[in-house]
Amino acid sequence: MRRLLKVFGVVSLLLAGIGLAHAADPIKIGSFLTVTGPASFLGDPELKTLQMYIEDLNAKGGVNGRKIELIHYDTGGNTKDAVNFVKRLIKSDNVDVLIGGTTTGDTMAVIPNVEKEGIPFISLAGAVEIIEPVKKWVFKVPHTDRMAAAKILGDIRKRGLSKVALITGDGGFDKSGRTQVLELAPNYGITLVADESYGNKDTDMTTQLTKIRSSGAEAIINFGLGQAPAIVTKNVKQLGITLPLYQSHGVASQTFIDLAGAAAEGVRLPAAALVVAEQLPNTDPQKPVLLAYKNKYEAKYGPVSTFGGHAYDGLMITVAAIQRAGGTDKAKVRDEIEKTSGFIGTAGVFNMSPEDHMGLNLDAFKLVEIHNGTWKIIE
Amino acid sequence: MPEQLFQFLVTGITVGSLYALVGLGFALIYNASDVVNFAQGEFVMLGAMAAIALQNAGFPLFLAAIVATLLTVGVGLLLERFAIEPAVGASVVSTIIITIGAAIFLRGVALLLWGKDFYALPPFSGDTPIQLGGATVLPQSLWVLGVTVVLVLLVRAFFNRTLPGKALLACSYNRVAAQAVGINVKVMLRLAYGLSAGLGALAGILIAPITFSSYEAGVMLGLKGFSAAIVGGIGNPMGAVAGGLLLGVLEALGAGFISSGYKDAIAFLFVLMVLFFEPTGLFGHKSAERV
Amino acid sequence: MRLAGFYIFAAVVALLPVLFPDNYFVVVVGTSAGLHVILAVGLNLLIGYAGQISLGHAAFFGLGAYASAILSTRFDWPSLLALVAGLIAAGLIAWVFARPILRLRGHYLAMATLGFGIIAHVIMVQATQWTGGPDGLAGIPPLNLLGWQVDGDLQWYGVIAAAMLLVVWLSLNLVDSQVGRALRAVHGSEFAARMMGIDTARTKTQAFVVSAVFAAFAGSLFAHQQAFVSPDSFNLTVSVELVTMVVLGGLASTFGAVCGAIALTLLQQGLVVFEDYEMLIHGALLMAVMIFMPQGLFVGLTQAAHRLGSTLARSKFRRSLD
Repeated sequence: MRRLLKVFGVVSLLLAGIGLAHAADPIKIGSFLTVTGPASFLGDPELKTLQMYIEDLNAKGGVNGRKIELIHYDTGGNTKDAVNFVKRLIKSDNVDVLIGGTTTGDTMAVIPNVEKEGIPFISLAGAVEIIEPVKKWVFKVPHTDRMAAAKILGDIRKRGLSKVALITGDGGFDKSGRTQVLELAPNYGITLVADESYGNKDTDMTTQLTKIRSSGAEAIINFGLGQAPAIVTKNVKQLGITLPLYQSHGVASQTFIDLAGAAAEGVRLPAAALVVAEQLPNTDPQKPVLLAYKNKYEAKYGPVSTFGGHAYDGLMITVAAIQRAGGTDKAKVRDEIEKTSGFIGTAGVFNMSPEDHMGLNLDAFKLVEIHNGTWKIIE
Repeated sequence: MPEQLFQFLVTGITVGSLYALVGLGFALIYNASDVVNFAQGEFVMLGAMAAIALQNAGFPLFLAAIVATLLTVGVGLLLERFAIEPAVGASVVSTIIITIGAAIFLRGVALLLWGKDFYALPPFSGDTPIQLGGATVLPQSLWVLGVTVVLVLLVRAFFNRTLPGKALLACSYNRVAAQAVGINVKVMLRLAYGLSAGLGALAGILIAPITFSSYEAGVMLGLKGFSAAIVGGIGNPMGAVAGGLLLGVLEALGAGFISSGYKDAIAFLFVLMVLFFEPTGLFGHKSAERV
Repeated sequence: MRLAGFYIFAAVVALLPVLFPDNYFVVVVGTSAGLHVILAVGLNLLIGYAGQISLGHAAFFGLGAYASAILSTRFDWPSLLALVAGLIAAGLIAWVFARPILRLRGHYLAMATLGFGIIAHVIMVQATQWTGGPDGLAGIPPLNLLGWQVDGDLQWYGVIAAAMLLVVWLSLNLVDSQVGRALRAVHGSEFAARMMGIDTARTKTQAFVVSAVFAAFAGSLFAHQQAFVSPDSFNLTVSVELVTMVVLGGLASTFGAVCGAIALTLLQQGLVVFEDYEMLIHGALLMAVMIFMPQGLFVGLTQAAHRLGSTLARSKFRRSLD
């Protein structure tokens, strides 16, 4: 009898377990970000944002009555690991959607698998090649480097300048930014008089800038991430070069201003509205979203960065799509992500379509200038 | 053109003196222990990061620099005691892996202590560039150059004039013989690690205002410092200094006149060429093969 | 009985996917480990047997990968032909550089190979029109073996496992041949080997070329399997990892290299969960193994097993390991 009771107990426990598991079967979001390594300043705020908002959503009862579970792996910027982790997420962890791919390299590396397995994937990387040509399962939320290049070149033309020197690092972000500038420049009637490169861990770029100084350039564009653009900015001042200096959206964070110090004054760059949230007019529909994200992030982790904002956009678009799809059926969620329209995120207003898997237009970027150690919108 | 060339040379010498300082640390440790310490770059990073942290905690710059250097010396001694001493007599490959392991470990410690952000130290004497003929330098670069010269002279005097220096030199030529004449090889080893950790830390503190620092900052500097030490002939401190300057100038000229994208390839091609024609570096002592 | 260890290993490799069907750790981590084994076994011929260190071996790994990637995407070569071209290219380059590089000793050799690896990496990053630059090359077609398209993780597991076993078998035979004996003599004392009439330069060159060809072989398979290559996979860190595998497992033992490659692959997968502590633990483990088991994991662990089992069937163990 005792034995029978025991068996009964075990069986009912098992059944209860199954029942429970079914009722609260969590929605699994898989994520692979570059939290360590050279691009960690991108991936770190992305992960923190995902964790913070998923905790928040769960506290409010989850999505469609189900909790969200985040499964994350750090790629360390190694594309080989990115590929293996994505396989692990799909095959071993059985996740429902993927949000991640901090760098273009990581994203491009996993696309063949994502397409083959058929799982919705929202990339947090910049390059335009991620969504052009359109890939069925792949979406992205950050602005493209092509938009950044267009914004910069447009401003240079507005100033009536036509000869530009380009200086870029040796990373993926830098190189694809360079490609975009080279491709778009003729459309703006701009000629490139210098095209220099540096290593992202170099400590001095005065040699390249000395060449630029005598190239007859009227403006300088620097595409880069991390500390190198700050060194470039300082070196420009050191050499007494007074040409307008444009940086990319890659340095739109307080760290850049802190590192470059006084040399950063007057530097212009395209940036997501997040960095100038307070300065937006109250009529701007993005303003409340931006301030809410900024305050929440800063209360917990310190200075906000636009990169974390991309994770917010990716997560919220995914959650909304799952709600509309009424479940985690992969094909349905994919279709709903594609139908995202009028979603107000930190990067801008998203209107996706079968032809556009990003859904942002040029207005999403603000051209800002560094003024008295802070950002100022100049248009 | 001559004006450009002058700026390239100035840049090359400033960058080169940095490589020289790191290379000097490699040479010191190699001299005492026949070990190439691949964690030398991490000493540089630790010095810089500790100084920045102390300065942010309210220490005056000068005091922060001294305390950071002493802390790094402590780390160097710990490394010697717990990773190098137990592995005495290990093969070249084993010691390379041990010191690479140490480098990864120290990076891991720095990551936990300071996170992944970049930090800067304020320049010692302002940011106003100084005109030198047609070229410009930052005052901080002059600090790097000046301190490098002083340190090189001190190291030279230490080896030539002082008893511990001569003893250290003796260890490098023949450890058994050194022991036989009453030199405490163990103490000498510790001295070498402490010294080169201190040198590394000083280098880190000097360059932090120019290059910024993060937990990974030591990787590239360690690599360049090692190259400097090899080009100059490993174990020859003055050779390492010459190698560093040569490498820095070469990088600047390569970037200036050939291609900035390929400047690292040019620099390492030069290193390869040197080794093909001078298999023990430019100023290395030719040693006979041990049978 | 000479190849008993090999047959046991082959049986385990073949049985794993049957025992654990569709298991991520077997099929995906397993293929990754398989490629590492090919690389480590090849490098072990150079480091372990010939006693010559290389801190730039990722260059040959990358050469094979990029040869396959570029030839099959930009020139529409059949994948098998691209693979062979990669092997030949790696062999030729290794042969040209072998003599001047292997003339160097100790840390000078470490420097030269390091420089070689860095130059190769700079080219992968900078020669954008060919290599796709830092963002890499995508859309590499799957491997086509005489009409059979290798597709899916399980098929890849099979192909890479077969390739790995082939390399291990070749290495075991090579080590036991005249060349292998010459290699060991060079490792012991180059001077003495020369006295015995061994052409030491030629022997070292052979080891260098073979290990480069093995690395390129792994690279080509890697490119087709991932359908994507970028310079990140062939940087200095990878070169150091390869040396670590060889040393970790135990020098001058083919199974030591196998053991090291598998151990490091699993370690990297396992440490992922420690996030910020990953580096700290990785560094500490490397130091600890090298300090306390200077002969490597394979020898260290088998000795420990020996001591354990010595009270019982002492001889049975030893025979199966030889």
